[in-house]
Amino acid sequence: MKWLKKGLIFDPAKNNLPDDCIGFAQSPQTLVFDDFVRIYFSTRKKDAATGKFLSFIAFADFDKNFTRVLNISSENVIELGALGSFDEHGIFPINILKHQDKIFAYTCGWSRRVSVSVETSTGLAISDDDGATFKKAGTGPVLTSSLHEPFLVGDSFVQVYEELFHMWYIFGQRWKNAEGNEPPARVYKIAHATSADGVSWIKEEGKQIIADFLNEDECQALPTVTKIGNRYHMYFCFREATDFRQNPNRGYRLGYAWSDDLLNWKRDDENAGISFSENGWDSEMMCYPHIFQFDGKVYLLYNGNEFGKHGFGIAELESD
Amino acid sequence: MFTWKKMGRVFNPVEIKDRSWLKEFAQAPCTLIFDDFVRVYFSCRPPADEKGQYVSYSAYVDLNRKNLMEIVSVSESPILKLGVLGTFDEFGTYPVSVTRHQDEVRAYYAGWTRCESVPFNVAIGYAVSKNNGKTFDKTGDGPILSYSIDEPFILSGPKIRRFNNKWYLFYIAGKKWVLDNGKPEPVYTIRMATSDDGLNWIKHNKDLITARVEENEAQASPDVFFYQEKYHMFFCYRHSANYRGKENGYRIGYASSTDLVNWERDDTKAGIDVSSEEGWDSEMISYPHVFELDNEVYMFYLGNQVGKYGFGLAKLEDYRP
Repeated sequence: MKWLKKGLIFDPAKNNLPDDCIGFAQSPQTLVFDDFVRIYFSTRKKDAATGKFLSFIAFADFDKNFTRVLNISSENVIELGALGSFDEHGIFPINILKHQDKIFAYTCGWSRRVSVSVETSTGLAISDDDGATFKKAGTGPVLTSSLHEPFLVGDSFVQVYEELFHMWYIFGQRWKNAEGNEPPARVYKIAHATSADGVSWIKEEGKQIIADFLNEDECQALPTVTKIGNRYHMYFCFREATDFRQNPNRGYRLGYAWSDDLLNWKRDDENAGISFSENGWDSEMMCYPHIFQFDGKVYLLYNGNEFGKHGFGIAELESD
Repeated sequence: MFTWKKMGRVFNPVEIKDRSWLKEFAQAPCTLIFDDFVRVYFSCRPPADEKGQYVSYSAYVDLNRKNLMEIVSVSESPILKLGVLGTFDEFGTYPVSVTRHQDEVRAYYAGWTRCESVPFNVAIGYAVSKNNGKTFDKTGDGPILSYSIDEPFILSGPKIRRFNNKWYLFYIAGKKWVLDNGKPEPVYTIRMATSDDGLNWIKHNKDLITARVEENEAQASPDVFFYQEKYHMFFCYRHSANYRGKENGYRIGYASSTDLVNWERDDTKAGIDVSSEEGWDSEMISYPHVFELDNEVYMFYLGNQVGKYGFGLAKLEDYRP
């Protein structure tokens, strides 16, 4: 794969974001229209009760060249969950699937825990207004913990191939005990589920589909898949389990894998065709990739340094 | 109409002195019958921590089969370990329901974790015993029945049953959290799932029992048994607010069914209520478990403060369909 970086296209500090937003534009994901592209992302506000962050969803509409922001969402795209719900403390990220005449959203809902920081599950919501707002299918999640996927199910990305819904997502394998200044650290891996209707899912139950590159504690996040010719390409991000926030040698970077049958994936980071810039917004970290096709071209959206605090950029596929 | 004769309290956990993990509570009794004794599983707690928070363990007491008021022995250790860091059952295993299957005993239990905005969440776990129910091992770190679109939190109170070559799990699912003087209190209702193997479950996704005392009535302990051509369910229910005292606290309700799907609630047929004289079950009764033994029908149930001071026994005197 060979990518041409086109740079940062959205800086939250330079745009009028809704509500009491305090920056961040994380995990950009698209809904493609004929003549523009809607890019959803997670931004943050402060929880008045606790002073902690709440992630919530906004979007920006871009022109065909991704050089101009046409519109930014003004209302609440999707509500956070009610007291005690799986998505009470944040939705991050959101994945949009246009299928036939329906627009589905697969959300990663966050709720806070006591012994560890957080639990996540995947929710489902539907839009009846071209993706301006989404209504949840119910109060609870559509994909969550199970016998061999004990926690932290999230980061779902859904595509329909040959009339079957495929979901790539992550699940937590374990929480490592707190050590020194490090709070308990989670380890999560990429997995796969299928569905006939996009609502009821069959997991492969605890099966990690992408081999580790760093070590067994490697954290793998945000799988995104597209088909080019007869081959399926997956991008994701990965990092060390600890000391990953400040230390650029241990933080998120992009990984790559390919498959010809959607069953077996060959991890092939060497051929990812994209890596850190020498300096600038994506010189120390790259994360939350989103691959999509528009107007005959293949694009990759992603976040840079500090987990997307300074926004997201785009790259265009030159050759595969 | 059922008519029960109360036999008195069987087990008071406060009287056990030599087990650090068993100081208070003996909740949600559930039986496993042996040749000479009846093993009654229950859930108990060590003293609360400095923040007033409890963990809960499950254990058992063996009763003389010929005289259920006589304690033969008490388990030396909890039957199940608490879950590892971050898992659904890190802070409690309560309640537990067991059944024999081939040469093993299977346990379905509710695992407790602690949350920030609400005090806890619960999901249903699974464990297996190869030593006649003395100890159980989990087969994975996660739950076997977890949350879904219409069952968003608090999957608890499992009761495992087998009818007509099918596995049935009766349980409760949370509907919402309501604030009572600023304190979150969960509302939950009785649900059911079915399975061919006891491992892979299909949720029925419906409330089985209509609320009676108020819209936000909470229901628990759906205990189903087949008797004289009908399915009977004893359960308990409470108000949503201020339910830790006598007035709004737990009572035992009753429903019957011919198909396990459609249930007709009629609490007047339960035939058991709080005692009128002051005593261990004069303020509330809850968590019924009904079972047949040697041609008699019995009910274990909890008394005041949801079993803080143990459980008692009642014997069926009369049943009229």
